[in-house]
Amino acid sequence: MQRTLRVTSYIAIALVIFFVVMAFLVNLTPLGENTWLRVFFSVSALNFTLRASVPLILGALCGILCERTGIINIGIEGMMLAGAFAAFVAKTSTNHWPLMPSLLFGVAIALLVGGLMGLLHAIFSIRYRMDQIISGTVLIILAGGVSAYLFDRNAVAQGKFGAIAIPGLSQIPVLGEVLFTNPPLTYTALILVVVIHIGLFYTRWGLRSRACGEHPRAADTVGVNVNRFRYMNTVLGGMLAGLAGGFLVLEAVGQFQEGMTAGRGFISLAAMIFGNWMPFGAMGAALLFGYTQALQNELLLAGVTTVPRQFVSMIPYVVTIVAVSGFVGRVRPPAAEGKVYETEGESE
Amino acid sequence: MRLSILRRIGYMVLIPILAVFSALLLGAIVMWIFGDDPLAAYRGLWTGAFGSPRAWSTTIRKMTPLILTGLSVAVAFKAGLFNIGASGQFLIGSVCSVAVGVNFEGLPAFVHLPLALLAGVAGGVLWGFIPGALKVFTGAHEVIVTIMLNYVASLFAAWTVYAGGTQGQTPGPLWDRTAGAISRTPEVFMSARLPWIVPEPYRIHWGVAIALLVALIMWWILFKTTLGFSTRTVGANSKAARYAGINVRWITILTMMIAGGLAGLAGAIETLGLNHRFAPEFTGGVGFQGITVALLGQTNPIGVVLAAFLLGALEAGAARMQFDSGVAADIIQVIQALVLAFVAAPLIIRQIYRIRKPSDQVETTVFSTGWGR
Amino acid sequence: MSTLTTPPVLEARNITKIFPGVIANEDVNLVLHKGEILALLGENGAGKSTLMNIIFGLYHPTHGEIFVNGRPVVMKSPRDAIALGIGMVHQHFQLVPVMTVTDNIMLGDESVKNGLLDRRAVAERIRALSRKYGLEVDPDAIVEDLPVGVRQRVEILKALYRNAKILILDEPTAVLTPQEIEGLFEVMETLRRQGESIIFITHKLKEVLRIADRIMVLRNGRVVGVADPRTATQQQLASMMVGREVILTVDKGPAHPGETVLEVEGLCATSDLGEPALRNVSFQVRAGEILGVAGVQGNGQTELVEVITGLRRADAGHVRIKGVDMTNASPRRITHEGRSSHVPEDRHAYGMVDSYTVADNLVLNQYYLPPFAKGVTIQEAAIAAHARELVKKFDVRTPSIYTPGGSLSGGNQQKMVVAREFSRPIQLLIAAQPTRGIDVGSIEFIHNQIVAKRDEGVAVLLVSAELDEIMALSDRIAVMYKGEIIDVVDRADATREGLGLLMAGVKHEAVR
Repeated sequence: MQRTLRVTSYIAIALVIFFVVMAFLVNLTPLGENTWLRVFFSVSALNFTLRASVPLILGALCGILCERTGIINIGIEGMMLAGAFAAFVAKTSTNHWPLMPSLLFGVAIALLVGGLMGLLHAIFSIRYRMDQIISGTVLIILAGGVSAYLFDRNAVAQGKFGAIAIPGLSQIPVLGEVLFTNPPLTYTALILVVVIHIGLFYTRWGLRSRACGEHPRAADTVGVNVNRFRYMNTVLGGMLAGLAGGFLVLEAVGQFQEGMTAGRGFISLAAMIFGNWMPFGAMGAALLFGYTQALQNELLLAGVTTVPRQFVSMIPYVVTIVAVSGFVGRVRPPAAEGKVYETEGESE
Repeated sequence: MRLSILRRIGYMVLIPILAVFSALLLGAIVMWIFGDDPLAAYRGLWTGAFGSPRAWSTTIRKMTPLILTGLSVAVAFKAGLFNIGASGQFLIGSVCSVAVGVNFEGLPAFVHLPLALLAGVAGGVLWGFIPGALKVFTGAHEVIVTIMLNYVASLFAAWTVYAGGTQGQTPGPLWDRTAGAISRTPEVFMSARLPWIVPEPYRIHWGVAIALLVALIMWWILFKTTLGFSTRTVGANSKAARYAGINVRWITILTMMIAGGLAGLAGAIETLGLNHRFAPEFTGGVGFQGITVALLGQTNPIGVVLAAFLLGALEAGAARMQFDSGVAADIIQVIQALVLAFVAAPLIIRQIYRIRKPSDQVETTVFSTGWGR
Repeated sequence: MSTLTTPPVLEARNITKIFPGVIANEDVNLVLHKGEILALLGENGAGKSTLMNIIFGLYHPTHGEIFVNGRPVVMKSPRDAIALGIGMVHQHFQLVPVMTVTDNIMLGDESVKNGLLDRRAVAERIRALSRKYGLEVDPDAIVEDLPVGVRQRVEILKALYRNAKILILDEPTAVLTPQEIEGLFEVMETLRRQGESIIFITHKLKEVLRIADRIMVLRNGRVVGVADPRTATQQQLASMMVGREVILTVDKGPAHPGETVLEVEGLCATSDLGEPALRNVSFQVRAGEILGVAGVQGNGQTELVEVITGLRRADAGHVRIKGVDMTNASPRRITHEGRSSHVPEDRHAYGMVDSYTVADNLVLNQYYLPPFAKGVTIQEAAIAAHARELVKKFDVRTPSIYTPGGSLSGGNQQKMVVAREFSRPIQLLIAAQPTRGIDVGSIEFIHNQIVAKRDEGVAVLLVSAELDEIMALSDRIAVMYKGEIIDVVDRADATREGLGLLMAGVKHEAVR
C-alpha cells in the first residue's frame, strides 16, 4: 500500500517534470513548429487542461469529502448542474449590478444550492436509508428536471470572471502563463486541494471524518456523532460540487445550457477513485482527464480531420473506463462507505 | 400460512401507489410555487394521456420502450447490479437495427425484420457485456462504466449518421446521402419495419406485443427457472451464491448481457416500429427512465409493465399539458424524480402515511457497498 | 474490599430494556466496588451486552437508574459515559484498521496544537501509560498490522487514556490463546491493584472462577444469582446460567475410522490481504472420525475451509476426496461429486440468504437438482414438501416455511443451515464454527448431530475457536498456527495446556 503510493508519486513527479521541460521546449524554441508537438504541449493546450480540470478537481473533492465519511455520492453530476443553474439564475437576475458583486453573488448562490443538494442527499441516505446510489440518481434526474423546467431560454448572463495575473509569478515564461494567469475560481480550486488535504490528515475534523468512513462504530463508541459528520461533510461536498457548477457558468462558459455538466460529475468520481481518495491524487487524475479534453480541443483547432471528431470526443470517457478498470483493484476505498449507520439495536 | 406472503405483496403494491400520489402532489406544489396552475396542468396531462383514442394510443406507444428498458434495469437489479447504461444500450440497439434495416434490400420481411431486431439485441448485448466483463475481471464498478458507455454510445451513434463537416470530414457510414447537411439515416426498408396493429393515425405497432411477451418471459425466467433462482441468489447475497455453487462471475456477465439485450431490443423496436430511421436527436432518455420504471415496478416484471404504463401516460400527456396550460413539459421529469425518490425510500412514505412494515419483511438490494470488488 | 463509608463506584438499579418484541433486560440490579473484578456470566443472548451497552451510554434503558460514585447519572451517549470515567473494551474491537495506534487512541479525545493534531504529545502519553500498566505497544504501528492480542491492549489503553476508572471487558478472552488469556488476567490484576474497577463479561466458567472477586449470573435478561468464586463450582454456575442441569460433555462412543476420505497435501493459499494464509498444510480425515482443527482465530482456519470447499484458490498443493483430485474444483463439483457438506463459519455471509424463505434456503445448493428442478423449471411443491420435512426433523422454529430466513433467531438459522447440510447423503462434512453465537439448547442439538454423522461413517472436519468444543467432539486434534498445522494429537493425549502452547506456536518437543 505504502509502496505503491510512493511509486505513483514518483511517476507523477516524473510526468510533471517531463511536461514542464516539453512545454518550455515547444513554446520557446523552434520545436514548436511541429503541429503534433503543439497539439500536445502548447501553452493553449496546457491552459485548456487546467480549465477543463477545475470542475473535475472540485467534483472529486466533493466525492472525497462524502466518501471519506462513508457516503457514496454518485449525484455529483446533479449537484454540479444545480450549482450551475443556480449561478446562472443569480447572475442573470443581478445583471444590473456591477460585474464583480454580481459574479460573487452567483458564486454564493451556487454554493448555497450545492449545499442544499448535499443536504438532500444526506437526508435521503441517512434519515431515510435510501440506497445511496439511487439517491444520487434521484439528484441527477431532479437537477436535470428542475433546471429544464425553470430555465428561461431568453435570459443572458452578462460577463464572467477574468484572469488575474499574480504579480511577479505571472512573468515566468510559459509557467506564468499556464499557472499564474488564471481566473479566481481556478486558484480557489487549487488552494482547496491543499486545504482539504491538510484538513483530512492533520486536523481533528479530518481524523473523525475518516473514522466515520472506515469504522463508524469505533467512532461512535468514543463519542463521535457519526451521522452529524456525515451530514456536515455531505453538505460541504455539495457546496464544492455547486462551486464546480458555478465555475462552468461564471468562469468558463458564461451561460447556462441544459445538461451542460455533460458527465463531468461522473468523471470526477472516476478521478476520485483513480486518485485513491486522496486530494492530490484526485487532482492528478483530474488533470489527466482535463488533458484528454484539451487534446480533443487542440486536435480540432489544428484541423486534424483524419480521425472523426466523435471519436476524439470519446477519449475522456474511454480513458475513464480504462482508469477505473485498471485501478480499482489497486486502490482501497473507505471501508464503511455506502452503509447506513445505526447505533446497534436502535433501529426504527 | 401463506397469509404473510399476501401481506408482503400488499405492502409492495401500496408503496408504489402512494409514491406516485405523493409525487404528483409535490409536483403540484412546485408548479404552484413557480406560478403555474397545477390543476390545469394535470387536466391537460389527463386529456393528453387518456382523453381520447389518440391519447390512449400515444400512451401505449410511449409505454412500449419503457417496458423493455424498465425490464433491463430490473433484471440487473435482481442480480445486484445497477444498470445505468440502458440509454447507451438503447442507442446501440437502434443503430444496429437501422444498419440492418437500411441494407439488404429485397430480403423477405420474415427474414429481414427478425434479422434487424436481432441486430439491435446483439448490439445491446455487446454494450451490456462490456461492463459485466469489466466488473468480473477487473472489479470496475458497473455504475461508472455504464455511464461512460452511455456517452461513448451517443457519440458513436452520432458518428454513424454524421453528415460530414465543412473541413472535409468524412460522413458516417449510415448517413442518408439525400439529406444534404442533415445528419440522419435513410428510412429502413418496408421489409424491416414492424407492422402496425392499429394503423395511422393511431400508429400502434407490434412492438407493444413483443414488449409484453418479453415481460412475461422475463417473469417466468426470474421466478420459475433455475437460472432465475441463481440470478436472484447472486443479487441477494453473492457470497452465499458462491457457496451454493453458483458461478457468480458468469451470472454477472450473463445478466448484464440480458439487460443490455433488453434495452437494445427497446431501441430496435423504437426505430423499426416508429421512427423508421435514426437521427442524433433520438436520445436514450427512455433508458434513464428505465431506472424509475424498474424501481416503481418493485423490480418485478409484472410491476414493470404497470409502472411503464404509468410513466408512458405521463410522457404522453406532457405535450398536451404544455399546450393546454402553458406549464413546461419538463415538470414531468421533476415528477419522475420525485416518484423515484419516494419509491426508493419507502421509509418516507411509511412515515407520511403511518404504514407499518410487515414484521418479517426483509429489505433487499443494496448496491452502494463501495467501488471496490 | 468494599467499605461502608464510600458508595460503590457504579450502581445500576432496576434496569429494564425493551426492544420491539424482546425484553433484553428486566429489573437488573448491579453494584461494582472500587478495586473489584465483577464477572458477569451468562450465555449468548442472556442480556449481558445490552446491559453493558446501557452502562456505556450506547443504549438508553426503558426504566431504571444508574449511579456513579453514588450520584444518579443519565448517559445520552458514550461521550457521557467516558466523561464519567467508564471505559469499554468491546468484544469486536472498535479500532480503525488503517489508522495508527496513536490516531485510534486519541480519536474522539484529540490533542490539538495550533489547530492541528498533536500526534507527538499523544504518543508520549501512550508510552507512559504502557509503562505504567505493562501494556506494551508501538504508538506508530498501523492497527491492521498488529496481532489480536496487541489490538486488545490498544483497546485497553484507549480506555485508560480517557482516565477510565471503571473498565468493562466484553468477552475479552474469546480471541486469545490460553497463554494470552493468562497474560490478560495479569494485566487485570495490575489494574485492580492500581484501583481500577472491572466488569468482566464472559460465558466461560473456568475463567470466572480464576479471576473474579464476585460473580453475577444473567439469564433471559434477569439476574438469576450471585456467587462467590471461592465456594462456587462449575456445575453450579452452569446450571444457573442455563436454568437446568447441563451436560458439559457430549456423549460419544469410540471412533471406528475407516478409509481416508479427505486428503490435504502441501496446501498453500493467500489471504484477502495478499499475505500467505496457508503454508504447506497436510492432513487426512478418515471415514467415521472427527478431526478437530484448533487455533486462535485468524491463523488460517478460515482460508483452509475455503480452499477445501472451493471458495478460495489454492496456490499449491492438493485436495483429494476419496482419491479424486478436487484442488481448485468448483464449489458445486466438490459438493455434488465429492458428496460433501459445508456448514460455513459465517452463516449470514455464506450459509443463507436472509431475504429468501426458509423453504428456498433449505435448497440453496440443491435447487437445480431433481426433484427440486425439472429441466430448467423450479418445482415449488417439491421444495415445500422438503422444507416441511426438514423443519420438523431438525426442530427449526419458524412461523412458516415461507418466512424469510433472516427473521429467525440465530439458533434457528443455524439449525436451518445444519438441516440442509446434514440431510443429504454425504461422505464428508466440513463444519466451521458450527455453534458460534447460538443458545445452549441448539448447541447441544448440533453437537449430537455431528456425532451422529460420524457414527454413520462420515468423515468430519470440525473447525472451531472454542477449545471446549474441539475437546468435546474431536477424535484427533490438529492445531493451526500462522497458516501451518503445527501438530496433530490424539484426543486421548490432548490437554488444554498442551493445546494452548501449540496454539501459541510452541511445539511440544521444545517444551519437553
